[in-house]
Amino acid sequence: MPETDRRPASNLPPLSLHIPEPRYRPGDTPDFGDIVVPGVDATPRPSEATKPDAMRDLCYGLVRVLDFDGQAKGQWDPKLSPERLRTMLRYMMLVRAFDDRMFRAQRQGKTSFYMKCTGEEATSVASTMALDRGDMCFPSYRQQGILIARDYPLIQMMNQIYSNRGDHLMGRQLPIMYSAPEHGFFSVSGNLATQYPQAVGWAMASASKGDSRIATVWCGEGSSAEGDFHSALTFATVYNAPVIFNVVNNQWAISSFSGFAGGERTTFAARAVGYGIAGLRIDGNDPLAVYAATQWAADRARTNNGPTLIEHFTYRSEGHSTSDDPTAYRPAEEPTIWPFGDPIARLRQHLETLGEWDGERHETQRAELDGLVKTTQKQSEKLGILGHGMHQPFETMFDDVFEELPWHLKEQCVQMLAEQEAKFGPGWKPE
Amino acid sequence: MADETKTMNMIEAINSAMDVMLERDSNVVVMGEDVGFFGGVFRATAGLQKKHGKTRVFDTPINECGIIGVAVGMGAYGLRPVPEIQFADYIYPGLDQLVSEAARLRYRSAADFICPMTVRTPFGGGIFGGQTHSQSPESIMTHICGVKTVIPSNPYDAKGLLIAAIEDNDPVVFLEPKRIYNGPFSGYYDRPVEPWSKHAASAVPEGHYRIELGKAATVREGEALTILVYGTMVHVTKTIVEEMGIDAEIIDLRTLLPLDIDAIETSVKKTGRCLVIHEATRTSGFGAELAALVQERCFYHLEAPVERVTGFDTPYPHSLEWAYFPGPVRIATALTKILKD
Repeated sequence: MPETDRRPASNLPPLSLHIPEPRYRPGDTPDFGDIVVPGVDATPRPSEATKPDAMRDLCYGLVRVLDFDGQAKGQWDPKLSPERLRTMLRYMMLVRAFDDRMFRAQRQGKTSFYMKCTGEEATSVASTMALDRGDMCFPSYRQQGILIARDYPLIQMMNQIYSNRGDHLMGRQLPIMYSAPEHGFFSVSGNLATQYPQAVGWAMASASKGDSRIATVWCGEGSSAEGDFHSALTFATVYNAPVIFNVVNNQWAISSFSGFAGGERTTFAARAVGYGIAGLRIDGNDPLAVYAATQWAADRARTNNGPTLIEHFTYRSEGHSTSDDPTAYRPAEEPTIWPFGDPIARLRQHLETLGEWDGERHETQRAELDGLVKTTQKQSEKLGILGHGMHQPFETMFDDVFEELPWHLKEQCVQMLAEQEAKFGPGWKPE
Repeated sequence: MADETKTMNMIEAINSAMDVMLERDSNVVVMGEDVGFFGGVFRATAGLQKKHGKTRVFDTPINECGIIGVAVGMGAYGLRPVPEIQFADYIYPGLDQLVSEAARLRYRSAADFICPMTVRTPFGGGIFGGQTHSQSPESIMTHICGVKTVIPSNPYDAKGLLIAAIEDNDPVVFLEPKRIYNGPFSGYYDRPVEPWSKHAASAVPEGHYRIELGKAATVREGEALTILVYGTMVHVTKTIVEEMGIDAEIIDLRTLLPLDIDAIETSVKKTGRCLVIHEATRTSGFGAELAALVQERCFYHLEAPVERVTGFDTPYPHSLEWAYFPGPVRIATALTKILKD
């Protein structure tokens, strides 16, 4: 018997190791009945200057605005105009149309990879709409809604996804790892939660310069386990940085449920408590709650009242990415029984309840957005698709490692060009 | 202003470089553990907070991931951060931010965002620092594409190189050989330390000047062999070469990446022999890269195999520090061997 398998002689009860396990696996009948759904009036809205200690309950509650009957209620209602609500709906619908089209493009072999945000559209679209245009966003990989809510050209997103001639990132990055400084959108890394301390640094810089712009950052509940997350919260509280931390708790990190990030023990908003910063746990499928919470946190940051951590309680309706099959690890019907529904359907219902929208307009808009995405896709594909090979001049591989090309990269570039010439013949260029 | 010189040790020269840059560029910020009010555990930032203010020079939490990650974000905003990592041995918690973020930001964003950060950090042994205050991680840095690695060996170079590093628009790891902060080290730990004031390179201009990154310095011209060296080992090497009366050409690399390959190639082709010396562990050390480059470029000029003098592949031992250190005996043995071959 190996030494490690031998129980020491003792009259103490044996210890046992807890390995978290989600309650439902494929084949099980999932039931979310135990998820507490507080009423829309249950969560008071404190002033933006409230001390974190005096609002701890908000880390364990759930900020809601939209009731399931489509009414906006309670202290958190941001009271947006119908026009603004329709804009929000349009952005979210555009994100979904874009996602569907690009997912299909990957399946058609036109690109290597794609990630949808289905069911989570509100967490980026509504959040971005509550920010000022100059505020800096440090996204994770599922926040395409930021770009869309800031009217970033769809064709540029597609060009990046296709790594084609129009891709201003020169085909260097995995699809969806956009970069858009003019739209206040930081370069997406691909390493998880690294953007967290970077957002704090940006916010600290803004504060030190007496600027009025704030930073916001997103990560998933899974990557809140990274050290960078905790580094960021430490720096943010130490320097009272004007930053909004978003944790999109969509329940799943690829196949690992939120229990592997500590979700069995407490909420993710409660991470804020130990750091002495404000925490809000909100219904992430309620676009008005997302808007209201972000607006609250932005006002707080902008008035030097410090950072806020917002947990968006939501559900990842589809796979992690095009490389994932969620039916291998969770029941297929989970997304359909999620107690907080779908953010687009909920905002639509709200607008219809107000008499500001109807089924016909909705279908017309859906068709219009599908058409827009399709037309843009055709334009983008004229600039090439990854599935058809390379589109950037070979030597650009060596650009931007440094501002200036050092000798060793020049030498390696000469070698690479000779290899390509040997393979393709003289004068051949990617197009 | 730049013409007026003052006698400075390495700490004072490094302090002066930051002082000059804080004065010249309102986007420069200096931060790190204990660097503010206290002025740093090695005093490199002494007086800077008082002079330039708390938002320009400040203490940080003990969190290297945070220090480097925050600096990346500051760079994206438009600042020019100069974070200090208190000992190079502590840089590892911040390595992901350095490798995957700082070094890759320009490339992955096609220059949408850059990282004009200079990470200063004391490195190397010979101060009885034990295994967590003595390491030489330069080859970890040179292996990251997108980071420049600079190692000064005297006060004059330290200031000029640090100013050039801070003004550089790419991330620079600036490794400060802490054994020679207060005086050049002969390699004989049992002899009194000579202060910098007796060394010509302690005459440091008070104002702004730059030493271009990527340029080596010839410390001593010679014909018998070429010695490639940097940091503390420059002085140890010079002492032994002079004691043995060898006509060696000693090249202080100063910047490991980008490397001054022309200086190396020219010298080795002239002398026909090459010895590489560093304090860092041997296997996959920067000496391996140098030996490979010399072999690739100067093979037909070589009269003897390229030799390496390095630290051993063990953690840095505390009490046996001087048995570990590549000191006079190890260097003399290698010199004798390479000149006999």
